[in-house]
Formats: sequence, C-alpha cells, structure tokens
Amino acid sequence: MTGKVVTITSGKGGVGKTTTVANIAVALAADGKKVVCIDGDIGLRNLDVIMGLENRIVYDIVDVVEGRCRTRQAMIRDKRMPELFLIPAAQTRDKNAVSPSDMIRLCDELRQEMDWILIDSPAGIERGFRNSIAAADKVLIVTNPEMSAVRDADRVIGLLEAEEKAAPSLIVNRLNPTMVKRGDMLGVDDVYDLLRIEVIGIVPEDENVIVASNRGAPLAIEAKSRAGQAFRNIARRLNGEQVPFLDLEAHSLWDRIARLAGRK
Amino acid sequence: MSNSGLLQIKGIRDGLMVTLADAAWPVVRTALLNRIEEQPGFFQGARLALDVGNQVLHVAELSELRDKLSENGITLWAVISNSPTTETTSQNLGLATRLHKPRPQEMQTARGIDDEAAMWVSKTLRSGTRIEFAGHIVIFGDVNPGAEVIAGGSVIVWGRLRGVVHAGAQGNADAVVCALDLSPTQLRIAGEIAVAPRREGKPQPEIARMKNGRLHAEAWTPG
Repeated sequence: MTGKVVTITSGKGGVGKTTTVANIAVALAADGKKVVCIDGDIGLRNLDVIMGLENRIVYDIVDVVEGRCRTRQAMIRDKRMPELFLIPAAQTRDKNAVSPSDMIRLCDELRQEMDWILIDSPAGIERGFRNSIAAADKVLIVTNPEMSAVRDADRVIGLLEAEEKAAPSLIVNRLNPTMVKRGDMLGVDDVYDLLRIEVIGIVPEDENVIVASNRGAPLAIEAKSRAGQAFRNIARRLNGEQVPFLDLEAHSLWDRIARLAGRK
Repeated sequence: MSNSGLLQIKGIRDGLMVTLADAAWPVVRTALLNRIEEQPGFFQGARLALDVGNQVLHVAELSELRDKLSENGITLWAVISNSPTTETTSQNLGLATRLHKPRPQEMQTARGIDDEAAMWVSKTLRSGTRIEFAGHIVIFGDVNPGAEVIAGGSVIVWGRLRGVVHAGAQGNADAVVCALDLSPTQLRIAGEIAVAPRREGKPQPEIARMKNGRLHAEAWTPG
C-alpha cells in the first residue's frame, strides 16, 4: 500500500486550515480509508483539540523524530473512527525540533500502511511550512474570500512553484453567498481570477463549524450540515471522483422565498 | 584536495561568507557540510552567504543544501554566482543574489552594456517575486499584487500588471510601461511615482510614459 501525502497550508493564519484537515480526514475515514493526520504546528498545536483527542496524548511527533517512541505509539486512534489516527505536535518545543528530512522519513514510513497522510501546516512561510511541504505529493491551499488571505495564498503558490512541487489546489473557505451577491465579498471567480489554480472545494460559512470544533467532533460526520457536505465533497474529489460543486446560491433565504413565490 | 582548499570562510558585516572552489558540486557541498560538522559551535545560528562561483545549480540542489544548513541552525540568505541559471534559482527560492544593494555608479555601467538587451519571462509573477534586470523586461503572464518588476529600460506585460513596476530604474526617463491591463499597485518611471486610478469598465491595453515630467497613461493602440 502506498499512501498519499496531502499538505494543507495557507500562508495566512486563521483561515481554517486545521478545521479543514480534521473534516477531510473524518470524511476520508468515513469512506473506509486508513487516514493519519499530522499536526505540523509544533509549539502551537490545535488539531488534537479540534478532533477532541487532547487528553489522550502521550507521545508526539518530536518523540517519534527523536526516537523516544515508535511511530505507532504516537498515533492516537480516533474515538469514533477506527481507521483514523492523529500524530500530535509537541507543545513544549518549537518548529526547529523537526527538519524537512525528518518529515520525509516519517511520511515514507506511514505510506506503507496508510491510504492518506494529511499534514496540517502552521501559518507562515518559514521552517514549519517547509517541514510540512517537504513530503507532500499534493498541496491544498486554504483561503478565505478576503484580499489579505488571497494575497498570502498567492505568495505560498509562488513558493511551491519555486520548489517545483506539483500544482496545488484551492479551497475557498467561509464563503458567504449572500454577501457575495451583494458585492460585499469576493466571489470564487474573483479569487480564481488572481490565483489561477484548480478549485477543489468551496465551503460555505457555517456557525456549526465553530460549535463542532469546540466540541471536538468535526462536522463532516453530520449529514445535514452544508459545510460538512462541502468537506465530504472535497474528500471525494481527492479520491478522484467528479463531484459537482454545491449550489450555494439557492440556499440563501431570499432565494428560497423568491423561488417559492415564483412557483405559486 | 584537502578540505581547506575547497572553501574559504570569512566574516562579513551580514554574517559569514563562504567561497567555494571550482570543483564538482557534490565535492564542495560535502566539504562545506563536513566543515560545519567539525565546528558546530562556530556555525550555530550563523547567517551564511555562499559564493558558488561558476556552479550551475537547480532548485533541487540548492533547496537541499538550504534545508541541510537549516538543520544545523544555519540560515542561508544569499547565493552569489556567475551563472544566470543559479541566480534565477536563488531568486526563485527567495535568496539574495547580491550582498549589498548595487550602488548607482555600478548600475550606470550595466546600463551601457545592456541598453538593447531584454529579459524574457514567460510565467505569472506571484506575490513575493522580484525581477530585476538592467535592460528591458518582457513578461508573458500576469504580475500579481506583491510582485516587483525593476528594469533599467522598459517593461512590457502581455497580461495583467497589478504589482509594483519600476521602469528606467537608473534614471532613464524615456522608458515606458505597457500592459494589456495596466492596474499596478504602484508605477514608477525614473524618479516619478504614480498610483493607477480606479478602473471603470473593461480593461484595455495601456501604455504609461513620462510627459513633461509627469507620468501619463493612454490607450495602447497600433499606429
């Protein structure tokens, strides 16, 4: 078995990288795949909290790299999904505790027994970012429909091009269709217009994402949530399926009213 | 050849300067890494500028060395080279290719040589990319916000120009800037600076030039 290494990064902080990793991981695992997430944000770990596994951490990635435990021992099994694992970051160390070649070695080992290895990159373009992309077969860039996030995404794409990595794909997170319609928010077209890379996911803004994160139970398991559906679609696209994008427009309140009115 | 013959180390204002001898890349690379291994305390935390002479280096080699150095606590910040390929590689990786900003008189001599030369760039310049050339620059692609293009001569962009552009950077007021969509963050020709006015309607090709000491943009039409 040779697993694929996918790194999720963004440049700018706070755009939803960690949430995206947790949700895609859950969606892939729900589909019966063996998945391991690696938290690359050494010193500022979050992925364990969002996945609700914080209290089960015994060993972390630095322990693996420095040989204090076997890789298996640092892999925390998810509460809900038997084939979903997390390798947490160390909270008491910094980015320099791990090197790009450590990451390549670790991922090569994980590839043997896993289908998907998802790496949650820290914000920024320094050491932590370089560690995170070192082993990547595929890079997903998360951005929000805001000018500053899109600029940072452009910078990161430029860095990936310079490293001669395969072309990354784009996830536009936290899109508010009503605001886009009013002209108050960048649309997916505007974002694509600048970045010009394949769009693999469009995730609508959804309060439930925050609720789910606080509860440590990623949304993608919940059938009803629109954002959860969008994350599940990204997972299917990663698997090579052709999945149409959600029709976000039709679900704004006014559209629904207009539709009802039109039907009568 | 002994280790010491392969590289020379000296202290400069910006950290350490290592000059590599003209031997095969794997040889000098190993010599450098061995030297670091011998004296880890000396190199720990250093900012390193590397003079690679005539080596032709590609991204794989240079980024590998940069990561190796960074694992030893050394920051590679500049690569000085006589090879244009290596210079491009360094620029792509965000490394400096000169130790100091060039002094005006140095640029003057460059101008004499490269007056009619042009640099061809066939890709989109993304944020954080900086392209400098003493002659003209032709870009087949977009210039995104956050990218910088600095030319001794004129700049032609067959695409959208949305970053910062400086034509006639050494004082040539006859330099022009043209683009299919001229919406730069900032446009400079010689010593003048202008900001593009907000565009209304569809973009059209435009040309900016100096007229009576002021920057002026107009439709770029044949004839």
